[in-house]
Amino acid sequence: MLVALAFVVALATTIGDYRIGFGTVVLAISNGLGLTGADIPPIQESVVWDLRLSRALVAALSGAGLALCGAILQALLRNPLAEPFVLGVSAGASTGAVCVIVLGIGAGSLSLSMGAFAGAFSAFALVALLSNGATSGPNHTILAGVAAAQLFNALTSYIVTTSGNAQQARDVMFWLLGSFGGVRWPDFQLLILVIVFGLAVCLWMARTLDAFTFGDEDAAALGVPVARIRLVLFAVTAMITATIVSMVGAIGFVGLVVPHAARYIVGPLHLRLLPASAALGAVFMVLADIASRVVATQQTVPIGVVTALVGVPFFAIILYRARPST
Amino acid sequence: MTSMTIRADNLTWGVGQKTIVRDVSLRVEKNETLGLIGPNGSGKSSLLRLLAGLKRPRSGQVEIEGQNIASLSRRALARQLAFVQQSAASDTNLSVRDVVKLGRTPHRSALSGWSSADEAAVAAAIARVDMVARRGQAWQTLSGGERQRVHIARALAQSPTIMFLDEPTNHLDIHHQIEILRMVRDLDLTSVVALHDLNLASMFCDRIAVMQNGALVACDLPSKVMTESLLHEVFRIKAEVSPDESSGRPHIRFCSE
Ligand SMILES: Nc1ncnc2c1ncn2[C@@H]1O[C@H](COP(=O)(O)OP(=O)(O)OP(=O)(O)O)[C@@H](O)[C@H]1O
Ligand SMILES: [Mg+2]
Repeated sequence: MLVALAFVVALATTIGDYRIGFGTVVLAISNGLGLTGADIPPIQESVVWDLRLSRALVAALSGAGLALCGAILQALLRNPLAEPFVLGVSAGASTGAVCVIVLGIGAGSLSLSMGAFAGAFSAFALVALLSNGATSGPNHTILAGVAAAQLFNALTSYIVTTSGNAQQARDVMFWLLGSFGGVRWPDFQLLILVIVFGLAVCLWMARTLDAFTFGDEDAAALGVPVARIRLVLFAVTAMITATIVSMVGAIGFVGLVVPHAARYIVGPLHLRLLPASAALGAVFMVLADIASRVVATQQTVPIGVVTALVGVPFFAIILYRARPST
Repeated sequence: MTSMTIRADNLTWGVGQKTIVRDVSLRVEKNETLGLIGPNGSGKSSLLRLLAGLKRPRSGQVEIEGQNIASLSRRALARQLAFVQQSAASDTNLSVRDVVKLGRTPHRSALSGWSSADEAAVAAAIARVDMVARRGQAWQTLSGGERQRVHIARALAQSPTIMFLDEPTNHLDIHHQIEILRMVRDLDLTSVVALHDLNLASMFCDRIAVMQNGALVACDLPSKVMTESLLHEVFRIKAEVSPDESSGRPHIRFCSE
């Protein structure tokens, strides 16, 4: 899996509008890592190292993070349709982003990402409040998430329609569908911290997640402090999701489908499912990013569109092969 | 008395205005098998949840081996006490063995490996409920009674000293009903078993507690509890009760009129 990941990342750094040979790419990367001091054109080195590699790695981490969150929420909410955005995080992020883009709140001092992050977290806080600090059952939490998402979406629409112009509305929509266009190394550094931390917490709790198989009360009977675990894991997933959304937008589909694909490959036990989801999500997202650049070279196809277009057929195959044999 | 394992005092619990368990006090001795009978909705499951610490009583308290369960962590409690729910469903497709392995959860830390004690407990539990041949089978493909047996195996794998079983026999064929209840009786465990089959309760339980409208109306030896007048009053049935020839325990024959 790691080999596959390294391969697609290398592929992603090779493919682009500006043609650079694969050998040059490898040299540029090893130069960047300080392993070699090969003599290659600085502009090529810069394109590979500063633009493409950071972009590919952020894509990989985003995919890993979203898939991980999806797997956890599907277990905690015991709902196969759960995905990172059920807790209203993406709706909150878009409201935050719109406040910055359209209303100019913060007047330049607040970046788009910070606005989105603040919005995402306030949505999560609202959901946590509505579901009594995550002590009530899964369906209650899902409804709270739906309510929060509706509220924030309405707020977004209200702001855009009353004070935005057409161009701004288009900006917002593009931003929401996701793009890896603007990411650079500092994004990667922040993201890897968040993901490594989140993955560590989740792996620590992997066995506990298995105990939720037969419901919250049953988990409690197996010695799991249910309310505390739920709150911690919701907070961790919200943090990962909010960070990703504020960086690259609300990229759908990955967090919903990749955990199912991973479950199909490694089974439902979380000690294996969580790392498998993360790895699969990373590979999938890098491939989707490549596809988004290859399919339409002159325009930028939003990454969220590609993940759905590429992912649905894959998913259809899995659904077909995993159908109950009757 | 040192042999008292479970001691509940004045337990009351309800939802909103409704009181579901009223002022129940109960003692269960070490290694005793206590049957819990009563009509639908009389509060059997609710009482078991209170005893297992899964619900917090409005008033009253539960002590296990002299310790108030409210002061124990969930994990510490789960090492002593296993609970077999009336119905436990899941969409996840674990194998029988994986489900039974969940029973080891309170004994394992986050990163500890699978120990030989874990393995022994799981293997013994699967053998105990007669599921060895199906240990690799997927949960979703099991029959209702097989699922129930797997849940009991999971509770056994928890290596508890106390076991609460909420209608453990309601999906089982008569062979396995008797098999499971005999097992519960013969294990070195203190157990409380909610049952609907009055004859089985009378055959396998050391004492029987009777619930009606959330209150405990009787708790005594089967021969004292299973009387025609009590059955009429609690279950609104007409029955003839006579001592069984071999065991001397009350045997109940229901009258159709
Ligand atoms: N969370 C709850 N909210 C409202 N009512 C409840 C709740 N839990 C239980 N009840 C009610 O309390 C009563 C007792 O329920 P309980 O499940 O304890 O009955 P039971 O004796 O186990 O019945 P059965 O034989 O059908 O299993 C029922 O009338 C039930 O509807
Ligand atoms: Mg019940």
